[in-house]
Amino acid sequence: MTKPLKIVVLAKQVPDTRNVGKDAMTPEGTVNRAALPAIFNPEDLNALEQALRLKEQIQGSTVGVLTMGPPRAGEIIRQGLFRGADTGWLLTDRLFAGADTLATSYALATAIKKIGDVDIVIGGRQAIDGDTAQVGPQVAQKLGLNQVTYAEEILKIENNIATIRRHIDGGVETVEVPLPCVITVNGSAAPCRPCNAKLVMKYKYAMCPLEVDANSECGMRNVELSKTRPYLTLNQWSVADVDGDPNQCGLSGSPTKVKTVQNIVFQAKESKTLTASDADVEGLIKELLEEKIIG
Amino acid sequence: MANYYNDNPNLQFYLDHPLMKRIVELKERNFADKDTYDYAPVDYEDAMENYRRVLDITGDITANIIEPNSESVDLEGPHLENGRMIYASKTVENLDACTKGGLWGVSMPRRYGGLNLPITVFSMLSEMVASADAGFQNIWSLQSCIDTLYEFGNEEQRMKYIPRVCAGETMSMDLTEPDAGSDLQSVMLKATYSEKDGCYLLNGVKRFITNGDSDIHLVLARSEEGTKDGRGLSMFIYDKRQGGVNVRHIEHKLGIHGSPTCELTYKNAKAELCGETRLGLIKYVMALMNSARLGIAAQSVGLGQEAYNEALKYANERQQFHKKIIEFPAVYDMLSRMKAKIDAGRSLLYQTARYVDIYKCLEDIQRERPLTPEERAECKKYSRLADAFTPLAKGMNSEYANQNAYDAISIHGGSGFIMEYKCQRGLRGLETFAEHGAHPRGTLRAEHQLRQGRQQPGGSGLLGPPSLRHDWRHHDVAAHPR
Repeated sequence: MTKPLKIVVLAKQVPDTRNVGKDAMTPEGTVNRAALPAIFNPEDLNALEQALRLKEQIQGSTVGVLTMGPPRAGEIIRQGLFRGADTGWLLTDRLFAGADTLATSYALATAIKKIGDVDIVIGGRQAIDGDTAQVGPQVAQKLGLNQVTYAEEILKIENNIATIRRHIDGGVETVEVPLPCVITVNGSAAPCRPCNAKLVMKYKYAMCPLEVDANSECGMRNVELSKTRPYLTLNQWSVADVDGDPNQCGLSGSPTKVKTVQNIVFQAKESKTLTASDADVEGLIKELLEEKIIG
Repeated sequence: MANYYNDNPNLQFYLDHPLMKRIVELKERNFADKDTYDYAPVDYEDAMENYRRVLDITGDITANIIEPNSESVDLEGPHLENGRMIYASKTVENLDACTKGGLWGVSMPRRYGGLNLPITVFSMLSEMVASADAGFQNIWSLQSCIDTLYEFGNEEQRMKYIPRVCAGETMSMDLTEPDAGSDLQSVMLKATYSEKDGCYLLNGVKRFITNGDSDIHLVLARSEEGTKDGRGLSMFIYDKRQGGVNVRHIEHKLGIHGSPTCELTYKNAKAELCGETRLGLIKYVMALMNSARLGIAAQSVGLGQEAYNEALKYANERQQFHKKIIEFPAVYDMLSRMKAKIDAGRSLLYQTARYVDIYKCLEDIQRERPLTPEERAECKKYSRLADAFTPLAKGMNSEYANQNAYDAISIHGGSGFIMEYKCQRGLRGLETFAEHGAHPRGTLRAEHQLRQGRQQPGGSGLLGPPSLRHDWRHHDVAAHPR
């Protein structure tokens, strides 16, 4: 029998950049977060599904959702709980703000150390706002753990070894990795399950302390009900709570400096009409090879 | 992201009806569950928020999983393998999504693992599932068979079966036989008590059984040898885990392909008696059919809505004579009639569902304690209203849905006849309502015969048995407390 696993899912609240309208960017060239709904990063949902499947397969396993962001990112933890996660932690502190991938992975790695005895850290391949795909691998590096990227499915876990199918260029690859490890999941993995009715009823008023607005209906409910239902108060950690070094967090821990942001609009200036003849197709392939568009 | 609940403000409107306050009060028994179950509401607002959340989850699952799967389910359909029915692959996906979403046993009390939702909310869920895929709605909404087991089964049976339904096991009601369709009094399937096995054994054939290879069956069978009419029939629970029932054939239907219609053979199938002998048809199946009727009403509204949505979308996209076809009076007139039928029908559906909720809740409370004289009067009043409104809601809505599906095809013109367009599926799904005995004529005929056997001779009309007509006609619906 496989021993129960302690799984931490890395998840990020992101602006929904999939349906971008005209007002998606501010005149200053930054993302206009107010115009875009905040959602659970899609590939992190794929990762959550893999974690929940492991929890179902290996009795006694637990799944926790770890996220960093402003207080409203507590929604990510709730969304995790609604689908079957057992707990969650929100890293929120002004000192965490303005983090690039290096500072983010530092904060996450520090929190994972604080959580302790984690068998699997699993997250999406990348977030749809930054598209860097750096945070997962950096967390693995900082924790000194093995990592498997582009994972599509965790096939089995036996004798402390995970067998994982990866999505690679032109096919798939199956690898084995000893636990503990970090896994980043590709969007081609199984979609995440829907929210569960009973869990939504149970956790709908769960909030992080900083999120509670005592003037709102939800906030009042949280204050009133959390007295008898302690699970309605979600974990909220500051830099000090995870014993972090403020210099490595947030803006001060971020060597990345954004010089400019440009809004690129593709416009076809000239067009070519090709026939289906072999000569035309061959010509096009040669041209694309020369331009290094394919190759 | 698309969501059948959030995209349809009508459902929210009907959910906010003032009568819901009384329904929640009765259903939640002064919120007695709040200290025992972490998902139980603490007050009225909390209960309503729970309902909205479940509607939201179902709106998500229906729009993003069940609807996108519906075309493939329609093309693939179920198949037969060694006496077992195998669902279409996407039907399995739909069932799994409903299990993960916790959308089973929704009307059952929490002590059995249910969500304790009122029938009004269940009907809204049903409407959405039907909009997404009418065939799948057949399978999903058969979970309401558990209401009959809850109502008439003993505590041991409740403890045994209800948690399984709440965990996602499916149900069927095995009534029809080759020679007993609308005329259920002619049921021949034989139930004999076996001293050796300590249970009943079922032998015979059932036909046209929706979701016939389900996990838990309610079976109408003749337990009283030598009888010929409805008074010799009893209701049995057959558990698939026991074995003894095989699928002989799956019907090829015009529509709702995802919903398997099975012919079943029973060979010494072990079964438990549900309730008392001889009451199978005259009491239990009548109850079962009443909840099925409300289910058909909800299915009809869902299909009517979907037909309208498809027609509206097409009328806004299609251009002829340099303008959108919705700008032609003949087309927008048709669309507004479709919309009016949905709104009127939906209003009737939820009015009925609320009546059913109130009297069913009171009847359930009666199992725990005697009702006060006021409560008894209330129960009687709403029970009569429900009896009068249920056939109306089903009859009118299934007619309206048929008309809307037909009109949707008309608005699509030639394209409506092409299989690539969705509206043809709606029409094929609806025509099968006749098969369900759900057609107004079928309902009337069957009720007429049953009630003749049970009550005084004389016809039965759409308004219910004659004894109820008087009350209904003198009931001032407009002045009803809202």
